Amino acid sequence: MLRLPSFQLEEPKSLYAALVLLAEAKGEAMVIAGGTDLLPNLKHGLFAPKLLVSLARIEGFVGIEEEPDGALLVGPMTPLARVAESELVQAKAPALAQAASLVAGPQLRTQGTLGGNVMLDTRCQWYNQTHFWRQSLGYCLKKDGTACHVVQGGKKCVAAASNDTAPALMTLGATLRFERLNEKRELPIKSLWSPDGIWNKRCDKDELLTAIRIPAQDPGHRGAYGKLRTRESIDFPLLGLAARLTLDHEGRVQDAEISGVALAARPSPVRGVADVLRGTLPGTAEFDEAVEAAAQLAYKQLRPLDNVPGSAWYRREMVPVLARRTLQAAAKGEGPVHPL
Amino acid sequence: MSARDQHGLAAPHGEFQIIGKPQRKIDGAAKATGSALYTDDLTLPGMLHAKTLRSPHPHARIVSIDTSAAQALPGVHGVITGKDLPTPYGVIPWTPDETALAVDKVRFIGDEVAAVAAVDEDTALRALELIQVEYEVLHSYQDPKEALERDEPTIHQNKRGDNVSKRVKLDFGEVDQAFETSPVVIKGDYSFHGSTHAAIEPHCALAQVDGDGLLTLWSATQITHYVHRALSSVLDLAPHRIRVIQPAIGGAFGGKSDPFSLEFCVAKLAQITGRPVKMLWTREEVFYAHRGRHPMEMQYSLAANEDGKIQGVDARILIDGGSYSSFGLVTTYYSGQLLTGPYDFPTYRFDSTRVFTNKPPCGPKRGHGSVQPRFAFEVQLDELAEKLSIDPIELRRRNSLGPQTKTVNGQRITSCGFDECLLQVEEASDWKNKRQSLGSGKGVGVAGSMYITGTNYPIYPNEMPQAGIQIKVDRSGVVTVFSGANDIGQGSSSMVAYVVAEELGLTLDMLRVVAADTDLCPVDLGAYSSRVTFMVGNAAIDASRKLRKLVVGSLAKHWDVEERRVRLVKGEALDLEDPERHMTMAEAFQIAEVEHDTLGATGSYNTPTLGGDYRGGSIGASPAYSFSAHVVEVEVDEETGRIDVQEVWCAHDCGKALNPILVSGQIEGSVYMGIAEALYEHHQTNRFGLHSGPSLLDYPLATTLDTPEIKSLIVESNDPEGPYGAKEAGEGPLHSAIPALSNAIFDAVGIRLRHLPFTPDVVLRALREKRANDNQAPSPGSDA
Ligand SMILES: Cc1cc2nc3c(=O)[nH]c(=O)nc-3n(C[C@H](O)[C@H](O)[C@H](O)COP(=O)(O)OP(=O)(O)OC[C@H]3O[C@@H](n4cnc5c(N)ncnc54)[C@H](O)[C@@H]3O)c2cc1C
Ligand code: SF4
Repeated sequence: MLRLPSFQLEEPKSLYAALVLLAEAKGEAMVIAGGTDLLPNLKHGLFAPKLLVSLARIEGFVGIEEEPDGALLVGPMTPLARVAESELVQAKAPALAQAASLVAGPQLRTQGTLGGNVMLDTRCQWYNQTHFWRQSLGYCLKKDGTACHVVQGGKKCVAAASNDTAPALMTLGATLRFERLNEKRELPIKSLWSPDGIWNKRCDKDELLTAIRIPAQDPGHRGAYGKLRTRESIDFPLLGLAARLTLDHEGRVQDAEISGVALAARPSPVRGVADVLRGTLPGTAEFDEAVEAAAQLAYKQLRPLDNVPGSAWYRREMVPVLARRTLQAAAKGEGPVHPL
Repeated sequence: MSARDQHGLAAPHGEFQIIGKPQRKIDGAAKATGSALYTDDLTLPGMLHAKTLRSPHPHARIVSIDTSAAQALPGVHGVITGKDLPTPYGVIPWTPDETALAVDKVRFIGDEVAAVAAVDEDTALRALELIQVEYEVLHSYQDPKEALERDEPTIHQNKRGDNVSKRVKLDFGEVDQAFETSPVVIKGDYSFHGSTHAAIEPHCALAQVDGDGLLTLWSATQITHYVHRALSSVLDLAPHRIRVIQPAIGGAFGGKSDPFSLEFCVAKLAQITGRPVKMLWTREEVFYAHRGRHPMEMQYSLAANEDGKIQGVDARILIDGGSYSSFGLVTTYYSGQLLTGPYDFPTYRFDSTRVFTNKPPCGPKRGHGSVQPRFAFEVQLDELAEKLSIDPIELRRRNSLGPQTKTVNGQRITSCGFDECLLQVEEASDWKNKRQSLGSGKGVGVAGSMYITGTNYPIYPNEMPQAGIQIKVDRSGVVTVFSGANDIGQGSSSMVAYVVAEELGLTLDMLRVVAADTDLCPVDLGAYSSRVTFMVGNAAIDASRKLRKLVVGSLAKHWDVEERRVRLVKGEALDLEDPERHMTMAEAFQIAEVEHDTLGATGSYNTPTLGGDYRGGSIGASPAYSFSAHVVEVEVDEETGRIDVQEVWCAHDCGKALNPILVSGQIEGSVYMGIAEALYEHHQTNRFGLHSGPSLLDYPLATTLDTPEIKSLIVESNDPEGPYGAKEAGEGPLHSAIPALSNAIFDAVGIRLRHLPFTPDVVLRALREKRANDNQAPSPGSDA
């Protein structure tokens, strides 16, 4: 078995204590939620924090609550399995429930959390490897090296955002609460991402994600998630797409949205989807044509890179297929689209 | 062959009590409850932990190694390099090209360079970082074609000065003439990718040297005997000073057949430090140790008559061996020698060349050397069926060789249930109603195959028996059987218990099996080539019958009746004609012990002289052959290229199912493994010569959800020389699963997949190419 490096572990019982620990550590600490991503990464020598601050015992960090206005407030430590199985989430945010149900495999969904999924490190076939392997390679830009092996000659890391729930939360207009000692801010998840694969988030490394808020959706909300991966379980996405349709009282599309993940460093929305779908009635040929047009928009805009294993050509060819199938599933109140 | 080696098909006493009936494995409960002890479960007082330093370069000369800083690290007890274990070895005695640690060169990324024993793994790992190795990097070969064409630098030295590991070229009959005179000729290029075993237990070894210098090695090996021999030679220690034990093992599939670096390293480090030393490899290290399926590039030509009768087969195969020989000499022979059934080839030629490349070494994986050619040939047969518009099952039937025949390369076929296998899959799958008629994207495909049941080539030349059994009897009724065979989960120790219990009329709870311990057990050549049930089973019958004779004789005297009236059954001895007269087997043994002194018996098995009268003619010559047929049903998503294998029917002629549950388990496991390696797995290196993903995340084994429905159908052809008629079931049922899958995809969507693996991107490209060609096809009337 690969060995973990040595570190100190703190398990604060309150948010305040956690924030103090993080502030005192001055960047030498990392947060551990379920640990399903962090621990393998530590074993691979990708990080060497002196201190791990566990969120496991912090009171009030687990749970899914409905607020008076119909918004959902999800604690960062809520296990993915619970998000997937929650009737509330299934009813109000179907794309999120579906995305959570397709993360990794059953054991990892019991241990892994929604907060950890949002904050997941980017992934790359040249990076998510053991220290021996990366050393033989001569490392890469993201850690210890100077070259990128995905974009040869590239000066920027393009490791892939690989968190299934990110695009779902984007199509739901979720906001994130980040806290630091004596500091608190709300950030729409769409503004979280930056194109830098080394750290693809516009938040500081010592900021703690303390809540995920999904605003109340329109009664005509329809959502679905579609995922391409090698096997029917366990694997990270080779491509993930979330779709949202908002139908008016006649059942016609009033607004629509698609977001994708496992492309480049940040999860990406597809531009112009609402424009092509607006006014069409699901179940008609007109809608099908509009869906096809939206799928073509996705095909033009979403370009998977050779960052994660498998053929980038194939991932790209699956963009319109997944976009079409996921939009259709959303319209019908079905999904997830998996296996493709 | 002597009478010792053949025991007939019949039960020792009229009707079988245990054989042929579903039984539990004798170690099933221990494994299920977690009480079974695997090598890594063993700890000894004062034990040290060892780790290996590996080469970061695919091909380099070692200029110097400085271990002084590592030696000086507190907690480090021993550091060794290639200089400490310079004697070369190799599982095949003719190709000793490995050393425990690299002596002057490294040949792939992951090759072993040094080993450290320390108080714990973390200290050993820190010490590895302190070892300074200076390398002179050499040109590395990742492409076997380049290795074939280019000589400088060579990966290993040989007389020819090239990178060829082995070449075998054999001709049987007038091949060229057959091709000239046959009305139908089909030619094609096929390729098989690399795959690995991925047994759930990583390699692990523990060594201890006692006060008298006796070395004991516990190791997750499937061939204790060869490890014993190799240790003796590399450590320069008399074999009687070494004991090798295989504890419970978590799967092997061929991947634990070679002697491995860690076995020598822990032994040497235990000698140096005077303390027990253990090494457990990480999953990544297991991927580097590899010895998995050889990638092969295969050109096949097939000549046939209009009625589909095969007239000639001509094959040219390039085998990518990776960095060492391992079993490569045998692989090269097997790639040609094992194709000559279940069909009648009037003429045959193959020319196989194995080359070295700077990649993890290939070796034997379930269906060693013959899964790849079988794939190519069975797809080509399907092409022949298509060309001649003959039902592919009918085509195979027309060419079937049948029992009591001889193959074109001189192999003796005794029992053969291949026709029955075809019939069973045809009926069970509803083939006639499904072929060419399942509708869009769906299809069925068939393929057949043959595999050896052991070989009479004993790896190192000797005339001693290939398998041995020793039985000891206790007055309590407990019978302990000592078996040299390695139970790697296939159930070989259970099989020994079933046979002895059957022969001596015992219940299974009266049996103890001690296995794979070189101090306690007679030699067995190991768990490979599907030899164990056949050879060790026969040896067990041989030993049991000797003992049975003593016991029955004593009882007959005791009761003063004829021997034929004495029955041993279900733990009791009884007089068939006098129901009043019976006793427990414990009492029966005591009576026999009075007459014969301490009771015990030995049994052995050796193969008859087999094989063609030419160089290499005995490689692949088996005392019996198993036969399989598969039908695979698939659904192909034409938009995504994703293949959904709906169901697989596999009929397998195992001779006789000694325990039908274990035979079905082997069939299911084989089908699982074959389909998974065809669809998901790819053991390969990237453009830097690095393994493309040495982890169970990046090397995708099929999960339960990815596994098709599997129907196993057991065919019993009752082999005249097998134990109660048994042959093998561990490897045969993998072979034809893969070509049947390709053939099913053709039936479904009309694309011929001749190159593995069948990942969705490959399938999608092929589908698009076909669509483009279909659209370009000249329409009637056009002058194109
Ligand atoms: C075999 C395997 C397969 C996987 N497959 C998938 C997959 O298909 N899809 C997928 O999306 N993921 C997958 N994962 C990754 C992982 O399991 C999930 O993303 C999971 O949701 C991570 O949650 P966690 O609680 O375990 O996070 P952790 O591992 O504890 O943390 C992940 C990262 O987030 C940071 N973090 C965690 N919580 C917070 C917080 N509240 N505030 C600030 N930072 C925080 C940590 O510091 C760390 O950097 C897989 C992992 C494995 C091992
Ligand atoms: S994209 Fe991959 S190879 Fe390139 S710098 Fe990022 S992690 Fe390294």
